[in-house]
Amino acid sequence: MEALYAITTGILTASGIYLTLRGRTFPVVVGLTLLSYAVNLFLFSMGGLTTHGAALVGTTEHYADPLPQALVLTAIVIGFAMTAFAIILAMRSRGDLGSDSVDGNRTDREDPRENKA
Amino acid sequence: MTLPWIPLLTFLGVFVPALAIRGGRTVCALATAVAPAIALGLVLFFYLGHDGEEVMRTSFQWLPSLGLEVAFRLDGLSLLFLLLILGIGLLIILYTRYYLSEKDSMSRFYAFLILFMTSMVGIVMSDNLLLMWGFWELTSISSFLLISFWSHETTARKGARMAMTVTGAGGLALLAGIMLIGKVTGTYDIGTVLESHDLITASPLYPAIVVLVLLGAFTKSAQFPFHFWLPHAMAAPTPVSAYLHSATMVKAGIFLMLRLHPALSGTELWTVIVTLTGLVTLVYGAWFAFLKTDLKGILAFSTISHLGLITSLLGLGNSQALIAALFHIINHALFKASLFMAAGIVDHETGSRDVRKLGGLYRLMPITTALTCIATISMAGVPPLNGFISKEMFFTEALASQQFGGLSWIVPLLAGLGGLLSVAYSLRLAYATFFRRPRQEPPKTPHEPPWPMRFPIELLVVLCIIVGLVPTLPQTPILEDAVRVTMSGEMPEFHLALWHGINPALLLSMAVIAAGIVLHLLHRHMMRFNRQFRPQDARYIFEAFVQRLVGLCQRLTDRLENGSLQRYMFLLMAVSVLAMALGLADLDTLTGNLGQQPLDPIVAMGAALLIMGGVLTAALHRYRLISLLMLSVVGLVVSLTFARFSAPDLALTQLSVEVVTMILLMLALFFLPQKTPKESGGARVVRDVLIATGFGGAVASLNFAVLTRDLDSISEFFIRQSVPGGGGHNVVNVILVDFRGFDTLGEITVLAIAGLAIFKLLNRLRLFMPATDMEGRLWSDDRHPTLLMVVSQTLLPLALLVSFFIFLRGHNQPGGGFIAGLITAVALILLYMSRGVEWAQQRLDFQFQPIAIAGVALSTFTGLCSWLFGYPFLTSTFDHFHLPLIGDIELASALIFDGGIYLAVVGATLMILANLGKLTTAHRPNKDNP
Repeated sequence: MEALYAITTGILTASGIYLTLRGRTFPVVVGLTLLSYAVNLFLFSMGGLTTHGAALVGTTEHYADPLPQALVLTAIVIGFAMTAFAIILAMRSRGDLGSDSVDGNRTDREDPRENKA
Repeated sequence: MTLPWIPLLTFLGVFVPALAIRGGRTVCALATAVAPAIALGLVLFFYLGHDGEEVMRTSFQWLPSLGLEVAFRLDGLSLLFLLLILGIGLLIILYTRYYLSEKDSMSRFYAFLILFMTSMVGIVMSDNLLLMWGFWELTSISSFLLISFWSHETTARKGARMAMTVTGAGGLALLAGIMLIGKVTGTYDIGTVLESHDLITASPLYPAIVVLVLLGAFTKSAQFPFHFWLPHAMAAPTPVSAYLHSATMVKAGIFLMLRLHPALSGTELWTVIVTLTGLVTLVYGAWFAFLKTDLKGILAFSTISHLGLITSLLGLGNSQALIAALFHIINHALFKASLFMAAGIVDHETGSRDVRKLGGLYRLMPITTALTCIATISMAGVPPLNGFISKEMFFTEALASQQFGGLSWIVPLLAGLGGLLSVAYSLRLAYATFFRRPRQEPPKTPHEPPWPMRFPIELLVVLCIIVGLVPTLPQTPILEDAVRVTMSGEMPEFHLALWHGINPALLLSMAVIAAGIVLHLLHRHMMRFNRQFRPQDARYIFEAFVQRLVGLCQRLTDRLENGSLQRYMFLLMAVSVLAMALGLADLDTLTGNLGQQPLDPIVAMGAALLIMGGVLTAALHRYRLISLLMLSVVGLVVSLTFARFSAPDLALTQLSVEVVTMILLMLALFFLPQKTPKESGGARVVRDVLIATGFGGAVASLNFAVLTRDLDSISEFFIRQSVPGGGGHNVVNVILVDFRGFDTLGEITVLAIAGLAIFKLLNRLRLFMPATDMEGRLWSDDRHPTLLMVVSQTLLPLALLVSFFIFLRGHNQPGGGFIAGLITAVALILLYMSRGVEWAQQRLDFQFQPIAIAGVALSTFTGLCSWLFGYPFLTSTFDHFHLPLIGDIELASALIFDGGIYLAVVGATLMILANLGKLTTAHRPNKDNP
């Protein structure tokens, strides 16, 4: 089970990294979100994979490690704040610069269909 | 002890000119003089009043861990310099009153001047090396401001920049030297350092210390080859030149060498470097002073030359040489400050400083002429003035020096050469300015300046004469006390006198004066000789160097930073992969000692879904909506994964965040292009896939390696202490609101800040709103489906109730402020979606920013309350209460903290989504309806 968990984390990471290397804002933000899922899974697993061991005192013999859980819980919320900030920044930059490229090219090759609309 | 009052007073004086300027220029000058005058009085009062102790010291702890303390000392050496700094400073304040024109901002000038004065006072009074360094840098900065006072002139700006660069670079070297001293001696306390001579000179770091400290001193005191900034600093107003560049700032380097003399000197290394640099500077400066045609230029190079003289005396380093050096510091300050001020008067009156255009001024300005001549004679080292006495002492030491063995004759030779040249340039200065028949009319007809402007010169010249005739006067107590702290060991006998009888030094003096007169007569030939050399302007060389450096940095920056996020990400990821790979390669085996748990079909299916979702999100990224749907699959399965592996809190949080994130991204996608054009070429895609695969592989390996190894967690403590210490059974929640409450406080603050930043980003954002979807279909007319409306409205009270329940039980069961906040936010957003922004806004008629801020404030306040009871920040408490009907309940102060979290999460989430949603309202300007 551990191997499968690790492989899944790895694949999610790889997909996230691939997306953050794209040249437009939206895939980059989606990639960051995907990457934060992977990171959360990774951090969460640092306490080991425990079945039926929720860290509620008195409910079980063997508790899951609560510390990574607490860290990941805040990481999820902060991750949302970061995603939100990044996507709004992307909208703002499109509004102000007229482009959603992040590849350093100032002149944007706009989608022709959009100009028509 | 009241010692810190001296620097503090001058510092307060910085603000006086700005306030006093309203009363007029004279009032401003007088008011400015008050603080230095009191400080000078205090210095004298302390010094005359002290009871025999050599050094007065006061210190306060500042940053003990760095060895930094606010420590001041007053000893003989400080006293000598304080008298120069404050005394000449007062005269300069008076002179400036008449020097500055109506157009110049007097208050600004005075403020800079007093700031400079403060930093000089700080240098000479510091009893801690780091503190002294701070003041040292402050002199560079205030000198920059003063040199560039006439900032509309490019020469002033460039001169200031050059001075700043050279002295600033030297300051950095000095800092390094000081830190090495601190490393060797273990302290930055000057008193201790001065007693550690043997320790420092025996250390293998000693050569580095000497070189670094001397770099600082030489750059500040304009020693060859760092002298070139000083002539260009002459672009400053003349009072600045008189004060900074003759009497005080350039002497800071000399002061440093004197201050650290007991600790660093007495070695061959010190003697060779300092003596030779000093002698070379002496001759070099004197030669160029002889060739310059600008009055201030002559004086600037003469200053360089005299600083070289003092430096070489410090290098010789025996007691008599030190006495001569200290005495010459006083003498040089007296005659050079008066000469600079006289040059300022000439410039002021005639409109020119070029000696080729001047001449015959003795008829028009007899008093100024007389004063200048006396100061010039002192500078040339002609009896019976003060300059003669100290130069005579210099010659004596030079003739007696044995430090260079068989080559020792080089010292008196260079000393004599310097002396000869100084006679020649002094003669030329006086003759060409005042006595030679003028070749052309000066731009303005000169006359004597107002008396108060001349008064500082008169005072200094009178002092020159008195010191020359009665040289024992400054001997006690100033010189003796200064020598005592500079020397280690017994106080030497010394006697200052004008007449020592006929001896080799006197003969050398006579020969030098005669030769100097001859050289002056040959001036024209010397100029012709000099013309065959291509003139080198230090400014152009320096500027070219700066330009090249800037160009290099620019090219480097351009290569590294081309604005492409892709490139940054690529570099970042490539380096990370490499770092991880190196770490993994160090492992003996990937699989650790723990066996794996058996796989069950549900987990396998979850993993398959995650993998599929992740890969498809990436693969279909050009179809943004589909990619987003795939992303949501991943999010949901991640939340199930948390539930499967015993983390109910995480599952709940992830689920509610997932909902909010998806709504947000969909809303954003509405304003962004629906498709990504195909841009990346095949090579780029292959490169990115390789990097991503490498990274993913490394993460997977790392994860697997950790999962199969023994766990050494600190969590046992939290589990054990959760109920007795935190009063809650849900350990995760107790960690969040209690054990690690400070972290959580930081995190909700970040959340609130992100919300506020988004609120500002959305302000006045103009976006193109598409009228159709990406297939060209119009949006549905049915904007608010009835079913959704009914369901959402019915759900709202239920959702709020659930969130309240989840909030309350959070301390003991899965739940808590984060999750409750997110559920509330989702319920409200559902309302926004089903009924439209306008409808919801009319009913939720309040701003969300204050809610988020109130949440953070409530949490902080809860933490602060524990201070009231004498506990550390964020200490929590709990108790059990018995309520009728409901029974025993337990209330913890952490609940209030959790309430703050709840409010912050609700406020921030709605601030983000509701404000973004507002952009979709109809009355928003769009393409059709601007």
